[in-house]
Amino acid sequence: MLHLALFSFFGAICVAGAINLLAQRHPINSALSLIVVMGSLAVEFMLLGAEFVAVIQVIIYAGAIMVLFVFTIMLLNAGEEERSAGSRIAVLLGVPALLILMGLVAWVLIRQNPASGTVAAGALPGTPPEIGRLLFRDFLLPFEITSVLILIAIMGAVVLARKEH
Amino acid sequence: MNATDYIRILPELVLTVFGMIVMLIEPLLPEHNDRKGLGMLALVGSLLAIAATFYQAGYPGQAWFGMVQVDSFSVFFHLIVGFVAATVILASFEYLAVQGIRLGEYYGLILLGAVGMMLMSSAVELVLIFIALEISSISTYILAGFRRRAAISAESSLKYFLLGSFATAFFLYGVALMFGATGSTSIYPIAASLRTGAPALAYAGMALMFIGLGFKVASAPFHVWTPDVYEGAPAPVVALMSTAPKAAAFAVLLRILFAAAAPGWFWIVWCSAALSMTLGNIGALVQTNVKRMLAYSSIAHAGYLLCAFAAAKDIGISAAIFYAAAYAVMNAGAFIVIAHFASHNERYVLIDDYAGLGRRAPGLAAVLTVFLLSLIGIPITGGFFAKFYVFSAALKSDLVGLTIIGVVNSAIAAYYYLRVIVVMYMREPKEDTPIMPMPVALGVSLTAAVVVTIYLGVLPGRVLNYALQGARDLVK
Repeated sequence: MLHLALFSFFGAICVAGAINLLAQRHPINSALSLIVVMGSLAVEFMLLGAEFVAVIQVIIYAGAIMVLFVFTIMLLNAGEEERSAGSRIAVLLGVPALLILMGLVAWVLIRQNPASGTVAAGALPGTPPEIGRLLFRDFLLPFEITSVLILIAIMGAVVLARKEH
Repeated sequence: MNATDYIRILPELVLTVFGMIVMLIEPLLPEHNDRKGLGMLALVGSLLAIAATFYQAGYPGQAWFGMVQVDSFSVFFHLIVGFVAATVILASFEYLAVQGIRLGEYYGLILLGAVGMMLMSSAVELVLIFIALEISSISTYILAGFRRRAAISAESSLKYFLLGSFATAFFLYGVALMFGATGSTSIYPIAASLRTGAPALAYAGMALMFIGLGFKVASAPFHVWTPDVYEGAPAPVVALMSTAPKAAAFAVLLRILFAAAAPGWFWIVWCSAALSMTLGNIGALVQTNVKRMLAYSSIAHAGYLLCAFAAAKDIGISAAIFYAAAYAVMNAGAFIVIAHFASHNERYVLIDDYAGLGRRAPGLAAVLTVFLLSLIGIPITGGFFAKFYVFSAALKSDLVGLTIIGVVNSAIAAYYYLRVIVVMYMREPKEDTPIMPMPVALGVSLTAAVVVTIYLGVLPGRVLNYALQGARDLVK
């Protein structure tokens, strides 16, 4: 019971943070709401029995990536965003479309698995040794190929940001 | 890991190594040198990758714990990507010099992007497919912005990046739902699980993945980005990104729909095919810019290709594979001619600029005519057999409605392709647009494209047989 209550509570916080992220006009406020989203997601993962993912979520997303986000926004001194006619139309069309999509996915998920239960921490696979074995054995090729992806992204940043000579 | 594991990713390894060498040499070159040497190196890399693909064809099977699978299907798409990469690199020497772009990373990005495209066709695991898709997409986002003095190029790059990332998120969501439905991210275990019954979640996953891939192949209603992006991107880059990544995305779609046997896609594909053909051709009718016109035409061609998806398995898949090859060669060729003719800052890209080209540069005009006739689907060009196989596969599968829409659209399409030919041969130019002499590299690249286009139109038997073999390997 407590499990379900906690799960619903942090789920609600997570959704509220995400809505606030979109509603805020100043990028810093949006970035701070994103931290709320990431943090409450970490709790959700923990409640689902995925401790490793929960810890990673806090260290990488709520920690490292958000720090970069906030720094970048401050360095660029980004101001408030302006609302245009186009963005109003986007809201008018986008919100119903989003609700329909979310409703469909939720309906499918509930139909797929109506039973709800609780998971004790550590009951499911997902400990660091198991993840390590998956990452460096079964998923070795995708893991290595990711380095090509990062290399391309770095090259792109260098090329597009370099001064013209 | 044994040696065959490495052989089964050999073309990708070769391209990665050459891409990194190009990247490492680039900073050592003096700033005002042109980067033709790096281009030659990249060309060698892409040719070696093609050779590696032929070598690899002798070692079919899975590798890396069921991550990649070499079969006729993957080999066929490897060859398409390799061929397009090599011709585009050859055509870029002159283009980069004329536009004053001195960035060797251009060649590095083409090679590394090709790694992603090739992997997309041989990957049989959705996580790897996703990473390969991202490699291919991100490299094309960057390449689209290479005309750094032109604001339109930056616009193209940014639009492509934002919309492309949005579409990739849909694909990833679909992968997650598919994993939830079947408990696996590998194509064949997914197929085994779906054979015992497909839960609703699998339908949702399939639909979301189709949205993501539909964007990558520019099929309606996910096509809106295409004209703007193609108009702003450098013409040789458009030659690349309108063909190779598209062929690779079609390969992924074929794997997901047929090898993994994702459920419930028939009407989605049917509607998307009909919409793509109609919207693409109607859009192309009113264009005055050749690049925009060919952008709309590429949407229409994605529609023709999707017709083959809707047809019965045994004939439909091979028709789709053959179409991907024919389309890649003729479309890349057409954009390479445009790149040569566009001149500094891409000034001459309107249809009216082509007036009198038939008299002033007969060779160039003849080559462009071959590609345009092939895009229409006139006999003795590859486009004819491609369309013929697609529509006959659709007819044999009793898709009369879709075939009628397709044939009517082909007739509409003939109008705007022929208009360019008429302008080239029948109209006198208002001002004399400069005609540059044809460099050797460009000549080689165009000759290769013309030869392959006509080869596919005169002797399609061998390639078609290989496509049939690929289709059989795919659904085995």
